[in-house]
Amino acid sequence: MRMFLWNLLLALAWTVSTGQFTVANLLVGLVLGYFILLFAGRAIGYSSYFSKVPQVVAFALFYFGQLILANLRVAYDVVTPTHYMQPGVIAIPLDAHTDAEITLLANLITLTPGTLALDLSADRSVLYVHAMYINNCDVEEARRQIKEGLERRVLELLR
Amino acid sequence: MNDVVTAVLIVVGGAFMLLAGVGIVRMPDLFMRMQAATKAATLGAGCMLMAVAVHFGELTVVTRALLVTAFVFLTAPVAAHMIARAAYSVGTPLWKGTIADEFRCENDRVGQSAGETSTAQRANPAAREK
Repeated sequence: MRMFLWNLLLALAWTVSTGQFTVANLLVGLVLGYFILLFAGRAIGYSSYFSKVPQVVAFALFYFGQLILANLRVAYDVVTPTHYMQPGVIAIPLDAHTDAEITLLANLITLTPGTLALDLSADRSVLYVHAMYINNCDVEEARRQIKEGLERRVLELLR
Repeated sequence: MNDVVTAVLIVVGGAFMLLAGVGIVRMPDLFMRMQAATKAATLGAGCMLMAVAVHFGELTVVTRALLVTAFVFLTAPVAAHMIARAAYSVGTPLWKGTIADEFRCENDRVGQSAGETSTAQRANPAAREK
């Protein structure tokens, strides 16, 4: 977190010194600041921030791709006359424990078309998800997809 | 160049919004209607706000567009989740094609007669891990 503030400070310094206060220039400053901090790591000590940033970017790209794909699949089902979906409510055992982890995971699951977080069990160990596409009625496979695909990545990001 | 990007974003955003609207009519039960309505509409709103940001390109407009996008993406899933959860707990029936309902097996819902759920809906609880 402190590293992020340093990075932001460097980016602001960059925009002020170049005199162009635009979003694009701020982004340039952020990227430059990241590499400056990376090279300065030898002097100021390495932090998990350097490995987290590429992870966050990779996750954002992965999630955005999934979002588009899932949206197109639902869209295809909406505009064609036959219903292809095989919906069901599946229980997903959680490895996420804290409020932040569960909230983020549930939010991401709900934001993906085709999956909707319904409820959390009282002991916070199971998340119930309404999924629209359970291929070939394979509940285990759908469960594994959410667990391996989304939960594992979210936890990697937060821990 | 910016005009082209703006136009594409607006058309794509509008298309997603239209799909969300059609989805509400076409989907067979409440849960899938929520799915069709919230996600596509969220993405559509995001696309339109991005179009605004690209078109104006000023810092004040761009930051506000990004902020609105962030809030829409944060709040829409919460609303969808709450509506679906409320609907489920008052016993809104699932579509007849629903293949599994592991929630109902574990927490028998109040006011749900046994005859209403088909055998297909009662997924095997033994298949659950943990």
